[in-house]
Parts: sequence; C-alpha cells; structure tokens
Amino acid sequence: MSEVKRIPTRESYGHALAELGHEHPDLIVLDCDLSSATKTGIFQKAFPDRHINCGIAEANMMCVAGGLSTVGYVPFASTFAIFASGRAYEQVRNTIGYPHLNVKIGATHGGISVGEDGASHQCNEDFATMRAIPGMVVVCPSDDIEARAAVKAAYEYVGPVYLRFGRMAVPVINDKYPDYKFELGKGILYREGTDITIVATGLVVAEALTAADILANQGISAEVINIHTIKPIDEEILINSAKKTGKVITAEEHSIIGGLGEAVCSVLSEKYPVPVKRIGINDVFGHSGPGPELLKEFGISADNIVQKVKEMLGK
Amino acid sequence: MLNFVREVFTIDIATKRKLAEMACRVRLGIIESTYGAQAGHPGGSLSSAEVLTYLYFKEMNIDPENPKMENRDRFVLSKGHCSPGLYSVLANRGYFPVEDLPTFRHIDSYLEGHPSMTTVPGVDMSTGSLGQGVSASCGMAIGLKKRGGPERVYALLGDGELQEGQVWEALMFAAHHSLDNLCIIVDNNNLQIDGVVTDIMSPYPIKEKLKAFGFSVIEVDGHSFDELEQAFNTARNTKGKPSAVLMRTTKGKGVSYMENQVGWHGKAPNDEEYKIAKQELLEALAALEVSQ
Repeated sequence: MSEVKRIPTRESYGHALAELGHEHPDLIVLDCDLSSATKTGIFQKAFPDRHINCGIAEANMMCVAGGLSTVGYVPFASTFAIFASGRAYEQVRNTIGYPHLNVKIGATHGGISVGEDGASHQCNEDFATMRAIPGMVVVCPSDDIEARAAVKAAYEYVGPVYLRFGRMAVPVINDKYPDYKFELGKGILYREGTDITIVATGLVVAEALTAADILANQGISAEVINIHTIKPIDEEILINSAKKTGKVITAEEHSIIGGLGEAVCSVLSEKYPVPVKRIGINDVFGHSGPGPELLKEFGISADNIVQKVKEMLGK
Repeated sequence: MLNFVREVFTIDIATKRKLAEMACRVRLGIIESTYGAQAGHPGGSLSSAEVLTYLYFKEMNIDPENPKMENRDRFVLSKGHCSPGLYSVLANRGYFPVEDLPTFRHIDSYLEGHPSMTTVPGVDMSTGSLGQGVSASCGMAIGLKKRGGPERVYALLGDGELQEGQVWEALMFAAHHSLDNLCIIVDNNNLQIDGVVTDIMSPYPIKEKLKAFGFSVIEVDGHSFDELEQAFNTARNTKGKPSAVLMRTTKGKGVSYMENQVGWHGKAPNDEEYKIAKQELLEALAALEVSQ
C-alpha cells in the first residue's frame, strides 16, 4: 500500500474556512483564545477583519455568534468540543438552537484522542448533548477530505450545525473512493458485505475499514458504512444494510451513551430490529496519554472491532 | 398611532404627555396579558414601561409594517421574563393587535412565555435565559458596525441579571471592540425573585463596575422621559465606547399594590386585583388626557 497521508481534521477545518472566506464575504469566524489550536488562525491570517477573538469566554461567544447571524453573517464559532458542547450547552440550546439561527459550531479536540491534555479536555459526550437539541445538525467527519466538504456543506445549509473535528492526525481515506460525494444526512457505503454491518463515524471509519480487511482474510464479509452526519441520521442506508446482514456493530470515539450507537439503535429498534453492539467509551472518563495509545486502551481500534465482530458471529 | 421621526423630534410638553399616555397603555397591556395568562412577570415589566415606550415610540428607527427592515435599530430584552412589557409596547406600536395580549402564554397563542423571535413580530432575539441576550446584542452590534451602517442596538437588563457571569463576559467584549452603537440599559428596581438584590447577591456598585468595564454610564430616573431623552441622546453621540443607561426604577410602578413589592415579580393578578389595577391605570390615563 502506498504511504497514507495523515492530517488532523482541525487543520482541514482551518483551511476550509480560509478557502470559503474568499468566496463568501458574509462568513465570519469566532474563537476563544484557541486560534492556534482550532486552526482558525489560518482564516485569521487571510481575513483578519472577519475573525473575532472573544477571549476565554465561550458562553458569550455562542450568543455573539447568534446575534451576528441575525444581521446577515454566517458565523463559525470555534473552540474545543468540551467547551462548545459542554460549558456553553445552554447558550447553544437557547440562543442558537431554539431560534434555529444560522450558526455553525466548529468544535475541535473532540474525543479521547485529544491525548495528553487528559480527561478534562477529552469530550466524549458532545454527540449526546448536541443531538438532543431540536433542529441541530451534528457532523463528525472521518478525514481531511470529508472535513473540508463538511465545512462547505455546513456553510451552504441554513440552520445550526455542530461540526466535530479532532486534534490527532488521521489517515486520509476518502481519496481512495472515486465516487466519493459528501451530502449532509447521507451515509456512505464503502464496502459491501453479507455477514455483518460495521457503522462508524469520525476517525473510527478508518479503523472499521482496516477491520473489514482483516475480517475478509478470515472469511468474514463485513459491510462498512460511514455515518458522518449523526443527526439527521441516514435511516435508509442503515435499514437496507440491516436487512442484508442482520447484525450491526457501531463504532465511535464517543461515549456509548447518546452517540452514534444509540442513534443507530433508535432507528433499527423501531424500523427493522436486529442485534446491535456498540463500541465506544464505556461510560468512563479518559486520562492522559498519546492519542493512538488511548484509542487502543479504550477499545476504539480495528483489532477491537474485529474481536467484537467475531464475538457477535460466534466465531 | 403615534409615529415620531427621530431626526426632527424634540421633546415638548405635548409629546411628553403622549409618551406618558402610551406608557400607561403599555402598563394596561402588561396587566391584560398577565391576567389573561394567569402567569408571567408584571413587576419588572411595569418598571420598564417608560423606557420601552421611549425606545419604540421615539428613539429607535423601526417600522412596524416591516418588522425585519434591514437597516432597523435592534432591541434585545435580555431580561426576557419581562415579555409582557415588550409584547405590550410592540402591540401598541402596531406590530400585532393589542387585543391579542390576553392570549399571552396560552397553548394556542404566538405570544410565547418568553420573547420568541420566530413567533412574535418585532422580537429581534429570543431570550429568557438571563445573560444571553446582552451577548447576542453584542453580536448584532459588532456585525452592524463591521458593515458600517448607522443602526444601533439596545439591550435591557435587570439588576438581578447582573449576577450572571456571562453579562460581564459580554460587557468586556463590548468595550474591547469599542461598540459605540450598543447601548445597554439596566433596570435597577432593586428587587429580584427571592428578595432585595442586596440581600441575595449585591451587584453594587453598578455604576462603578460598568465604568471599570469601559462603558460610558448615564444615571437616570427610569420613569422620567426628560432624563431618558437626555440619556439616549448622550449615548447616541458617544463615540469609541459602548454606553450604559442605569435607570433607577420602582418595580411594579403604576399599580399601587404592586409597587416595590417583591411578591409581584412573577405573579398574575386575580380577578379583584385585575379590576383594581385596570381602574388605577385607566384613571391615570384619563387624568393625562384631561390635562391636555
């Protein structure tokens, strides 16, 4: 296999903003003293007049973004996922979600792969809190290509969108699929299979693809679906796949409570019940360490997906 | 319908009387809506009747026929629970029928418990969670300023609301970005749900704090149209920094048994109380009309 490029999706976010900024004078970016980490600094360099540093005040930033959206701007409010979806939850709910304002929340440093900063900064609950807000679109791109496409789609969509990006460099995978097309709310079927369906989001999509390769070598045919838009979720792709394989495993860099796994369970239990097992953070806090090692420790890896699949198939 | 034009208007005795009459009608609307709802917050709505009247009938560039007019001035009721005051002034200004006010908080009414920009014509920002409106007004102000327009943004806060930490994040932001098109107004009626603000969690000294946060502060009697006019003229002409109008007011103003009574923060009048309030306000209105 040729050498795989590795790019953190937060970097994709910064570059995508800067690119879109050229085309769209109404795009404005807010940050809370994290421009170098969220990579909105890339946009700031190109468009200093359209980058507002709010200082370390996330609650204020979310509502400033709400206000900006009512006077003709399309704000991207950026900070770490833990602050965007946690600290400022009620601001996002009441001042962005409730009036359904056209605000995009660019949340970087999502998940356990944040690494060394440790549990206080590893946000494994953002899908749960953001999904619960009526009308909020929740997106978690898998790689650089998807992250850039997601930012563009979020700009074009009218309404609130929560975008989750990661700190750690992740392999670029979507350049291998010539038909790749990003559409909000549409899952992507990468690989057809007959024995089991693996549904993944974010950086775990690459792990799911690796797992499917390993399983194929062992005679197990796994279907792999990328759900980049966790809300609204693509029910059709899930139901069709469940009809075919009859067994589903979900995998995400998020708590097993309230994330992709539960979203998939909600669809299938009501519309086409099949056994589902969830891979994710098992209702615990993380701790410091290198991102890739933490992912292994917390069971979010190709190996763990392979093991779960075999358990589920009784092999 | 009163229809003043900001540029040519100077406050004279006749106009002042008309404003006073309108404030009285706004108060009647507050009573009608809270009585109709058997819920809501009359106290802080009544204390801000004059400033709401002044803003919507004199100060702001708005058009009730075109509530979303692009170059309009904006108003954010950061103390969103005083929706009866905002709805009443909007209705009296012609955004929707005054007759709808008694449907406030009803299950089939568009007059949502706290201001809702998606259902109520003329509401510029949905509010209700204290501290958030003032931040949203900062967003409006910085956006309008970046576009270089003449629009101004007004945000009305309660004195109890100053206990929310987010307010101070917003004030820091407003001063840092020199938002001279922003004017915040603090309704300093000295009472909050649980009691006197100084007993609960003192926000004082408010003036000094606002100054220290980089605001130009103007103290007024919030029930005096003369002082409100001077304050908003000064605010409009203040460049390089945001302004704050710190209004001394009486909670429950205009209804004898509600005045300065903490119990009337969030309680609706019963049948008897409704009759008394209405009678008092109609008498006050008649007295103003007779004096013409």
